[in-house]
Amino acid sequence: MTRSVKTLTGLALTAIMLFPVYWMINVSFTRDTDMRHEPPHLFPVHGTLEGYRAVLDQQGPYLGTSLLIGLGTVVLTLVLSAPAGYSLAKLRPAGGGVLSFVLLMAQMIPGIIMAMGFYAVYLRLGVLNSAAGLVLADSTIAVPFGVLIFTAFMSGIPDDLMNAAVVDGAGRFRTFWSIVLPVSRNAIVTVGLFTFLWAWSDFVFATTLDGGGSQQPITLGIYHYIGNNNQQWNAIMATAVIASIPATLLLILAQRYVAAGITAGAVKD
Amino acid sequence: MADDVMARPASTVRAGTRRRPGRRSEQWAAWGFLLPVVTYLAAFYAYPLYRNLDLSLRHYTVRSFVQGGAPFSGLDNYRAVVQNATFGPALLHTVLFTGVSLIFQFGIGMALAVFFVNHFPLSGTLRALFLVPWLLPLIVSASTWSWMLNSDSGVVNWTLGLLGLDPVNWLTSPTWALTSVIIANIWIGIPFNLVVLHSGLQAIPTDIYEAAELDGASGWQRFRRVTFPLLRPVSAITLLLGLVYTLKVFDIIWIMTKGGPADSSTTFATWSYRFSFGNLLPQFGPGAAVGNLLILMAFAFGLLYIRIQRRQQS
Repeated sequence: MTRSVKTLTGLALTAIMLFPVYWMINVSFTRDTDMRHEPPHLFPVHGTLEGYRAVLDQQGPYLGTSLLIGLGTVVLTLVLSAPAGYSLAKLRPAGGGVLSFVLLMAQMIPGIIMAMGFYAVYLRLGVLNSAAGLVLADSTIAVPFGVLIFTAFMSGIPDDLMNAAVVDGAGRFRTFWSIVLPVSRNAIVTVGLFTFLWAWSDFVFATTLDGGGSQQPITLGIYHYIGNNNQQWNAIMATAVIASIPATLLLILAQRYVAAGITAGAVKD
Repeated sequence: MADDVMARPASTVRAGTRRRPGRRSEQWAAWGFLLPVVTYLAAFYAYPLYRNLDLSLRHYTVRSFVQGGAPFSGLDNYRAVVQNATFGPALLHTVLFTGVSLIFQFGIGMALAVFFVNHFPLSGTLRALFLVPWLLPLIVSASTWSWMLNSDSGVVNWTLGLLGLDPVNWLTSPTWALTSVIIANIWIGIPFNLVVLHSGLQAIPTDIYEAAELDGASGWQRFRRVTFPLLRPVSAITLLLGLVYTLKVFDIIWIMTKGGPADSSTTFATWSYRFSFGNLLPQFGPGAAVGNLLILMAFAFGLLYIRIQRRQQS
């Protein structure tokens, strides 16, 4: 195959693969009256923004909550996993191998089972239907992955760099804070991006732990939409388009981190 | 450096931990840094899992779920679940959903990885675009597919009509519901397989191909005799990881069909959820029991994955 034929084939394959995404965007601009048109409009010829208007009117709080939960989960995950990665990579803890093993297995527990356990615990503690409760639950998706990435990355930091700091009289924590963390920027970005994306996308924890509260994330906003007004598919798809913005930004701004994160034995529910 | 280090994390993880433990004061420091995550694991992994095990071993009512004091019932919940009429179909659907998804995700992912391994204009951009399905929130993908597969107004049935085929009740007929959720799940899983296999392909030295080409091997022969054997370790890892992650898929099925109609797309994950949260009267005991069976399955394949990965590295 010549290179231009390959490019054309590639374009065609990508178009097929991304057709559902195109269809989501197309439907989000389609008028209610055209929604069940036969044949379906392949392009939004009589495009409308009524779907997006409905989203802005009704989904604003959901989007805000999702943003809050996403950022909270990122902070919690980084605070927990960066020090652990440092220790496993550089400080040779006895039993570190066992801990790494436990973390690998923890990644494999189905989210739905974690959700049931959390539900039982949260009911007792009275933190059902709260954003804080969701931050905690969502972080369980990301912490094992975070430790894995930080350990792998920090193992690659030359020991000399840290020994120099120790010779200068810096303690372990100073070394971690002012030497290890700054050079681990790539790992921090990777873990942060994936954590945000997972927390933003979470549906399992949201629907079990936050089904009846006033602080609900955008995934539930879409889910209620599907349940309630089955006809307004432009509004549903418009919400879906907006809910896809973080993923799109991630792909545009941080492509190489994404590929690296997936290859690092990445996880997704 | 980042990409290089991250491409093979597990080996470096183990290289770091296999070294001899240090002096006592160093041990304190090491565990000091680990303390937050260990506390966290105990509180937010171990305890919920313990609660789940406890739920499955007692006879809970809504009342005792809130107030405590449910009587111990041994393996009654597990017995009830195995004897339940849904057990057989749920097991079959779990196996079908996982198996068929994996075969297609892996096959298509492999074909695309081979296609993308040689650079051509735009190859990087297009490969990046292929990641989109994997990055979208599952509710977005699931609701988009729901509308595309709509019986009356869906674009899929319209396309079938153009080809002269009869429309299919994708989500509303028991015959097709499982197929529908499998199709959506394959679409979501292709990018993961593509990316991992692609990075595996890039690790194969190009001179091996050149040698094979000099020996007169055709494209297909090169794939079968060179690429495939050399890619076997990566393939095993990809398939096993995919297996563990597909076993626990819940969102897509629940959003698209709720496991129905009439259990026709119920897997262990959705069945477990329906016991605990899907009815007006929750049955936490059986729900937890099904969940724990699912964990056992995931762990069995998970252990296999870790074993294979370790063996490959040593």
